[in-house]
Amino acid sequence: MASVAQKSSALFKSSIGKKFLMGLTGLFLVTFLLVHCFINSMVFFDSTGSLFNEYAHFMGTNILIRIAEVGLFGGLILHVIDGLMLFFQNRAARPEKYAYSDYSTNSTWYSRSMALLGTLLLMFLILHLAHFWVQSRFMQLPEVDHPQLKVPMINLYGLMVTTFSSPLIVAVYVLAQISLAYHLLHGFKSAFQSLGLNHTKYNQLIDATGTVFSIIIPLIFAAMPIVIYLRHQI
Amino acid sequence: MKLNLKVWRQKNAATAGKLVDYTVDNLNPDMSFLEMIDVLNDELVKKGEEPVAFDHDCREGICGMCGMYINGRAHGPNHGATTCQLYLRKFKDGDKVYVEPWRSRAFPIIKDLTVDRSAFDHIIAAGGFVSVNTGQSQDANNLPVDKNDAEKAMDAAACIGCGACVAACPNGSAMLFVSAKISQLALLPQGQPERDIRAMRMVEQMDAEGFGNCSNISACEAECPKEIKVSNIARMNRDYFAASVCSETK
Repeated sequence: MASVAQKSSALFKSSIGKKFLMGLTGLFLVTFLLVHCFINSMVFFDSTGSLFNEYAHFMGTNILIRIAEVGLFGGLILHVIDGLMLFFQNRAARPEKYAYSDYSTNSTWYSRSMALLGTLLLMFLILHLAHFWVQSRFMQLPEVDHPQLKVPMINLYGLMVTTFSSPLIVAVYVLAQISLAYHLLHGFKSAFQSLGLNHTKYNQLIDATGTVFSIIIPLIFAAMPIVIYLRHQI
Repeated sequence: MKLNLKVWRQKNAATAGKLVDYTVDNLNPDMSFLEMIDVLNDELVKKGEEPVAFDHDCREGICGMCGMYINGRAHGPNHGATTCQLYLRKFKDGDKVYVEPWRSRAFPIIKDLTVDRSAFDHIIAAGGFVSVNTGQSQDANNLPVDKNDAEKAMDAAACIGCGACVAACPNGSAMLFVSAKISQLALLPQGQPERDIRAMRMVEQMDAEGFGNCSNISACEAECPKEIKVSNIARMNRDYFAASVCSETK
């Protein structure tokens, strides 16, 4: 066992190991985004919020989901720590900066700004967790009876309505999705390359999927606060 | 034509450097960038000043010695060409041109535009070779090679080790170089016996030299004078992972 631990720690200390970890945790977080987006999309289909509350109730009470939640936080923390290590090591690799450098023709700005975009997302995430996760997990939120199921459940939709009654918060959420879109636009494809999954047969598919994912998912997320604001404030 | 240069002058690794302004006149647009520096140096010598130190050798784009960071780009504004293959017709008369050395912790400046690229040699010495038995070479046809693999190996072998990938990378990563040197052998039958240990040793050495980490920005591929592809980096990642997890090499 010791040798396995040594081997894996040596692997993840290396430059390529860190890339691997970044790619693996990144793709894991991508799967989370997909689930999160699907569940929350229920707000679009029922303006009373019961449909969304029902899905949220399942996510909040199912034991497998709760276990996965621990894994999700683990994956997120690894992604953040690994990303920060990469950022500081990479800065140290060029102690004296160029007096003049022009990256505009050789790379995209967002591929060079992953640490900045990631930090913005982390700041948003802390705000977002304080808005919803902390509230629903640790505060006594009012419960409502589901019209069909007759089971009492937290009125998470009601919390969304109150939170998104502020245009400022709506704006912050929408802006965060722009960071997410650009972070994904590089991160999605980059994860495959880091894991060594670069193949002429599949590169186009990976690129196209990555681009579509990076646009569609943040768009749906951004639509949620806007729709709720418009639905209940105007 | 005339160029207004801002050239990095630095006496040695221990002293701080700075950009110095020079104006070079009466230039022929068909001169190479290095010939322009030669003209500048002639003038400096005539004036009794220290000429600008820079690396160069073949001046036909195959040796990998020359390398200047020109107007914010490795080897200047050309695509798929070294500094010696850059001609003044790429510039406009009176242009301001920044000329800096490769900047990386692993490439300490020796003088002016000359950097010490021994780090690359250390990486090659760590595993970028094949061990071959002495004696008569065997018939080439005994070793069938897939045409695609042969092409990819040759493409990787085009790397001249100039260090533009490190210079162009915002992270100062050497992964394009190392992956090319791993791939040129990993794709061929002769490279198989040492494939695992090569990947591990070369990556270890690369990390020990103090290069940055790759974050797939791909500026290296865009600026590489030999157009080495980042698909080589993916191959290196696979080889390194397979070697770390599956091989008995420590």
